[in-house]
Parts: sequence; C-alpha cells; structure tokens
Amino acid sequence: MIAELGLAALWLAAALAALQLVSGALGLTERGAVLGGAVRPVAVVQGGLALLAFACLIYVFSVTDLSVKLVALNSHSMKPLVFKIAGAWGNHEGSMLLWVTVMGLGGAFVALVEKRLPERTMLATLAGQAFVSLGFYAFLLFASNPFERLSPVPMEGNGLNPLLQDLGLAFHPPTLYLGYVGLSIAFSFAIGALVTREVGPAFAKAMRPWVLGAWIFLTVGITAGSYWAYYELGWGGWWFWDPVENASLMPWLAATALLHSCGVLAARNALRAWTIMLGVVAFSMSMIGTFLVRSGILTSVHAFAVDPQRGTFILALLAIYIGGALVLFGLRAATVTEGERFAFVSREGALVVNNVMLSAILGIVLFGTLYPLFAEAMGAKVSVGPPYFNPMSALFAVPMLVVLMVGPLLRWRRDKFGRVGRELVIPAMLIVAAGICVLVLGGVALLPWIGLALSVGLGWASLLPLKGRNLRRTPLPIWGMVVAHFGIAVALFGMSSESAFSVEKLVAVRMGEVTQVGPWGVKLDTVEPVAGPNWTAMEARLLVRYGIDGKVTRMLPQSRSFWAPPQQTSESALLTRWNGQLYAVLGGEAPKVDGEKQSRWQLRLWWKPFAPLIWIGGLLIALGGLLALLGRVAADVRRIVAKDKIAYRREKQGR
Amino acid sequence: MKRLIALVALALAAPVFAQEEQSTAPYAYRQLDDPAQETKAQDLMETLRCLQCQGQSIADSDAPIAGSMRSLVRERIKAGETPEQIRAWLIERYGDYVSYAPQLTGLTWPLFAVPGVLLLIAFLLLRRRFSAKGAGQ
Amino acid sequence: MSDLPAKAPRWAIWLPLALFLGFVALVIVGLYRPADRNVASALVGKSMPQFDLPAALPGRPGLDSKVLANGKPHLVNVFASWCIPCRVEAPQLGALAKAGVPIEGISVRDTTENLQGFLQTNGDPFQRIGADDDGKVQLALGSSGVPETYVVDGKGTIVYQHIGEIRPEHLGVLLEKLKEAGE
Repeated sequence: MIAELGLAALWLAAALAALQLVSGALGLTERGAVLGGAVRPVAVVQGGLALLAFACLIYVFSVTDLSVKLVALNSHSMKPLVFKIAGAWGNHEGSMLLWVTVMGLGGAFVALVEKRLPERTMLATLAGQAFVSLGFYAFLLFASNPFERLSPVPMEGNGLNPLLQDLGLAFHPPTLYLGYVGLSIAFSFAIGALVTREVGPAFAKAMRPWVLGAWIFLTVGITAGSYWAYYELGWGGWWFWDPVENASLMPWLAATALLHSCGVLAARNALRAWTIMLGVVAFSMSMIGTFLVRSGILTSVHAFAVDPQRGTFILALLAIYIGGALVLFGLRAATVTEGERFAFVSREGALVVNNVMLSAILGIVLFGTLYPLFAEAMGAKVSVGPPYFNPMSALFAVPMLVVLMVGPLLRWRRDKFGRVGRELVIPAMLIVAAGICVLVLGGVALLPWIGLALSVGLGWASLLPLKGRNLRRTPLPIWGMVVAHFGIAVALFGMSSESAFSVEKLVAVRMGEVTQVGPWGVKLDTVEPVAGPNWTAMEARLLVRYGIDGKVTRMLPQSRSFWAPPQQTSESALLTRWNGQLYAVLGGEAPKVDGEKQSRWQLRLWWKPFAPLIWIGGLLIALGGLLALLGRVAADVRRIVAKDKIAYRREKQGR
Repeated sequence: MKRLIALVALALAAPVFAQEEQSTAPYAYRQLDDPAQETKAQDLMETLRCLQCQGQSIADSDAPIAGSMRSLVRERIKAGETPEQIRAWLIERYGDYVSYAPQLTGLTWPLFAVPGVLLLIAFLLLRRRFSAKGAGQ
Repeated sequence: MSDLPAKAPRWAIWLPLALFLGFVALVIVGLYRPADRNVASALVGKSMPQFDLPAALPGRPGLDSKVLANGKPHLVNVFASWCIPCRVEAPQLGALAKAGVPIEGISVRDTTENLQGFLQTNGDPFQRIGADDDGKVQLALGSSGVPETYVVDGKGTIVYQHIGEIRPEHLGVLLEKLKEAGE
C-alpha cells in the first residue's frame, strides 16, 4: 500500500514538474504572464510530493516489506534498523529517488524564500529546475522504478553489502547528494540569468548562498567518504583517484571555482562569463559523475551494477541538458559578458588565476578518468592512477596555492605587489625553513616535500587578512574565508605528512609477541571469536604503548564474516593522538610452519603521523563555508527586516 | 553462551573462507628485512594494478594473485632489480593495464600532452589580462 | 574608462560545448562495446617463458617448458582444484585429450590432496602437471586468472589464449588453432 502511495506521489510530482515548466516558460511571455503566479506554489508542492515518495521508500525499507523488489534485493530482516533505512539509498533506484527529492526540495526552497531577483528571472530559474527534474523523473518512472513489486514474495532479502553496513557510509550518500544535486539550483539560476539576460551583481548575490550551501555539503560528503574508505577498507589509504572518487571531486572543483567567481561578480560586476559557465559546468559535472558511476563503462570498486540501457537513458538526458545549456551559453554569452575591467595584480586577477587553475585540475581529472575508455575504444587497455593524477594536478595546484597566499590581501581592481609584499615575508621564510627542515630529515619525495613546506606558509598567510582588524567586528564572511583557507593548509599538511612519514609493519605474530611500529610497541594479547547481529568475527586484543613509558591502551581490530550476503570484511582499529594515528588490521591466521604449536596471526600496522589533519582540514574548509553562508544570510535578513521597517514607517506616515 | 554460538557459527561459516587459496608465496604477506628495499618495493606495489580486482593496487588487495605479485616484486627487489625493470617485465606480460603509472607510448601521449594544452589555454585566457593591463593603462 | 569592454574570446565560449560533444561521442562508443573485463596475456605471438615446475602429483612428471618446444603443438591449461569453472570445462578437456591433443597442466596455488580429489571427480586429461604454488609461472605467462588455456606450437610459441572455461562451442576454435600451430 505504502509503496503504491509512494509511486503515486512520484507520478504526481512529475506531473507538477511538467506544470512548473509550462507555467514558468509561458509566464515569461506577454500573453501567458498570468500563469507565472502558479510557479512558486507548484514548485513547493512538487518538492513536498517528492519528499513524500522518498518517505514511503524509507518506510518500506524499515519494515522490510519484501514484496517490494528493491527491498528484497537490498535488505535483510536481521539488519539493524539504521542500516535498513540507509539501504533505501544504498542502491541505484533509491539513490535516483533521493536525487529527484533533493532537486524538488531545492526548487521548493528557492520558490519559498528567494525574493531578491526580478520575478522574470525567478520564473526562468524555476522553469529550468523543472525541466531538468522532468528528465530524471522520467528516468525513475520508466527505467528505474523503486517501488516495483515482486511476486512471489521471497522469504528473506539478499541483504546489504557488508561494506555499506557502517554508520559513516550510511550518511555519506545523502550528504553528497545534497551537494551534487544542490548545484542544480546554481545551474537553474545560470539558465534563468542567460534566458532573461540578467547577469549582474544582484544575480550573483542571489545565487551565492545556494552555491555555498551545496558546496558545504559536497565538501563534508567528500571528506566523510574519504575517511570512511580509510577506516573501513583496511588498506590505510584515503584517496585513490578511483573513477567514483573522481566523479565526486569534479563537481567540487567546479563548485569551488564557482563560489569564488560568484563573489567577484557580486562585489565587482566582473567575471560574468566565468560565473555563468561555472554554474553550468558544476551541475554538469554532477550529472556526468552520476552517469559514469551508473553506466558500467568504467571499472571501479564503487560502481553500481547497472546495465548500458539505463546508461544510454542518462546519456540522452545529459546531452539535452548539458548540451542545451552550453548552446544557450554560446548564443547568449556574447551579449551578456561585459563586465568591469581590472588589472592583473588585483583581487579579481588572483581569482581569475584561481578559476583557471581549478578548471585545469578539473580538466586533468576528467581526462585521466576517461582515458582508459578512450584507449579501449582504440583497442588497448590502459590504467591511469595516482602516479599520473598526483603530479599532474600538483602542477596546477601548487601555483594556485601560491596565489592563494597573496590573493586575499590584494585590493579590488588594481593593486601593486609591493604593497602586500611585506606581509608575505614571514610566510615565505616559513616555507624556506620548513623546506630545509624536511630536507634535513631526509627520505621525503618531491611532492610531499613541496606540500609540507607550502602548507606551513599557507597556514600563516591565510590568517593575514585578519591582521589589523577588530576581531569582534570582523564580518563573518571574512572569518569564513580565513577558516576555509586555513583548513586547506591544515589538510595539505596532513596529506603530505601521511605520504612522507607513514610507517607500515606487516607481521605474523604469536600471542604475547611485541612488534615495533614507529614509536609504538604493539603486543598481541589474544584472538577470540565474537558475534554481532548479522556477523561473526575473530577479534584481536592488542595492547599498545606509545614510546617507552606511555600508557598502555587496548585496540580491537576484527576480521568479520557476514553471512547475508557471505562476505569478509576487516574492521580496523584506530588510535588517534594529537600527532597521528595508529592503524591496526587483523589478517588471517598465518599458515603453520612445520613443528609450530602456537598459531601466528597476521597483523598489518601503520603509524601515520598527522593523518587526521587531512579530514580535520576538510571539515575546517566546510566550516569556513558555513560561517560565510551564515554571514551572508544574516546580512540579507537584516536588510530585508530593515527594508520592511522602512516601508512600514512610510506607510504609517501616509507616504 | 554467546561465545558458543559464535564458535558454532564460525565453524559453519568455514566453507566461505576456502573459496580461494591464500597465496603461499614467501613474500606475499611478509616485508623485506631491509627497510630501504621494502620502501622501494612498497612504492612500486602501490602503482601496480591487481589483475582480478575492480580497481585496486596490489598493495591494497586481498586477492591471492595480488599476493603472488607482491611476492614477485619483493623477491626481485631483494635480488637487486630496479622497480622500473620489474614494471617493464610485468608490462611485457600484461600490457599497460597492469601499471597505474601510464607509460609514454604511441597510445598514451595525449595523457602527457593534456597538461601542456591546459597551460596553453590558461595562458591564452590570462593573456588578455596582461595586454588589458597594458592597454588600459 | 575609455577602453573596450572585457569580453570572453569566442573560442573559449564554445570550447566547453566542443569538449562535451567529444565526451558524448566517446561514451557512446564505450556503452556499446561489449564489456570486456578480461586481461589478456601480452605474450600471444611470443615464445613461452622458460620454467621448470616440480611435479604436482607423485608419480606424474612435473612440467618443464622445454617439452613444449618438442615439435608437436600442445595445449597448456592453467587450473586449480579450488576453481569452479575448471570443473565445467573438464568434459571438454577430456574430449580434446581423447582426440589426441597433448594437454599439459599447471596447477596454481594448490595442494596435492585437493588436486588428487579434483582429478578423481572431474577426470584427468593431463600428460604432465606442474605445481605452481607461488603463482610465479602464472605471472610469467601473463595469465590473470583460472582457468586459461594456451595453444602452443611445436617451437614453443604461444599461438592463442583462451580465457575462462572451455565450453563445447569453443572446441571448434581450439582445434582450428591447434591445426594452424601444427603447420
């Protein structure tokens, strides 16, 4: 019953999206202007209906209604409730439903609160949002119905992939989707602005909070995903340039550039073409990413198992939406891109460099991810991985980070490098000092060395905009910028340190033996079987001590066996200190050498100095974004309240 | 009681483990004694692709064939071969697919040309700013 | 200011669309090729690598690669007792052996016990079986999994590689390749 209700809600939502498109488009014309009034309410109801459909899906998963095919394929009655719910979006159909729900809610939210732009632009924006939603509704209803029934009803479900039965991963997709799909609002704004030729500071100021919101979620989603992969997959790595990881990074790169571009357009009425283009590119990258992950054309550990027919459907949608938007851009861009001039040495100039570098990195990641596909089309198989992506993206990232140190200090429009040069002496010296220190330490490869040196200077330089200000009166957006840029320095330091100084030990030990890894002594105490709700495991009790006289702490890595579906996972044990993490993984029992009585167990141990800074930095970046968003929204609210007060007073005075 | 259930369940689950034999190659799960050599081996292993997995290096994979490959790498490093020699040997047998570091060949030259092309585009886009500065005083 | 308004160059405005169209073309090709997840050996057309594997079973000779260059074409079958598709191809291998094709076996990461059990249950088409416990010879051959079958000509050159189990429909191709190798 509930499944049918969900499906009905989905159909209604799709119908309303069509209505939203029609009334929005007609509302732009002279004769249909009256229809324009319907758009906002329709958008709100559409969002509500999509949410209702999604709620129905969550319901059928939480009660494990096995007559629904999706539940039978992806759930199991013995799973803990929180993973049953997470199972709703842990599959292709469910995540597509999440996609249209976020699009619908985004449109509804915009329809409810966005009143800063001329109504015509809003109509075009909401119509654009509806246009894109329609394609995805069609995809859902005709090719990926989440509410399909199954007959006869199976006795038990197939269960959820054990790797996904983890709290961190349960909430990673919704966060990412709020980011990915949130960028659709920026896309619609860009379309709306192109159609109505309203590309100016007002447009940028209106779009900025929406971009910030989506970008914050995307940053958190990627950071969380990376941390999840790090502790769940048990190989000690946190980023592998895997096609699915790249699919989430590319929208983030575009959104970061868009964010900064928006700021320039809002403050200085410059970079119009860049801002519109990036608005289109960011969501296009989301759509391309989702296509790559679901079409099955790329080999990846993460990819959904979907057939080429569905891939073709999404490709058609992409061709219409991205192709259409880019054609619109090509046709209209010439007439709208007349922004203000500025010198190369200026804040705008620095941000142009930023945009160009981020776009270049985006280009490299896209090209490298797609190249194996191109090679296969030519008849050969090629693998492109970290040895390519790391140096090539560093080629553009390093100059960008150098400019990042200078940019926030430059004035708008025209500045002289000499004026800010003095401030940068300290960061420059810090970089040199750090570089020498690391060289002296020795054994560090080129890229981590650059990263370590640069991060120290960047950390100092990111705080410079606060110099000379009254900290209590500094606007929140400035604090946001400082925190976010500082977060980049922190994350860069963590990444470089992990790369340069990690120590790995692979041993087969008997109970009672002690192994040394970095400054830690690790003793294998016991290995015992334990049981969980839907798994059994061998759990090792490790007693670890930092240095010679540290406190002894216990770590409990497990080697887990699930039975529905049958799979083995390793649950790593992590111990975090201020200066790094000890990471322990239990392997299997080592094959017995002749004559041995006691069995030996394989342990994989890492000491990763300053690794947690990677994700702390990521969260700092998101926090910076949040501060900026709050600052902007608060300023807007104050302005609206003040305007209302003035209007009220005028009314009272009879004016 | 819980322990007993766990043991019984584990015993019943045993057939799941025997699906593929773990690699018994000597250095599949054992590091080299010389830390410098082990570092060289580890760096190489992180750039070689596991042949049976969906996109993992042999350093990160649990597959038995990855274990055999790791042992091969470690033994050869111990015997004095350079990482590039070992990579070349594997590429001779499996093609470029086995290396995550794409080699510069007739097929992969665009990969290496792309950064240059991007730099060129970046320069062309930013050049307007240079000349703009000159023109606009 | 009296200077010209700042405009984006035309090629830059249409570049993203051009790139996108290239992407679509590439992806259409990718979607419609049959997905080939197999990694083929790069040694097809080259000589068998030199190896000398110990006997996998007592009383049965191990496999020395020199045997493969003795003038007659051979089939080399890379298999293991723990490999399920290997059971599926056992009847086909048996048929080939009956037809007089010399089949040499390389058993990967296996034990004598399990191997004996496997051969008892599924038949024994092999003349020699080498034990590749470390999996090194599998790597030297460019083999990425089991089962795989190689057609080797009389001079020791690898003529053809069949990845996966041999099904009845594949027998024709194999016999043809063997005939070619014999000429």
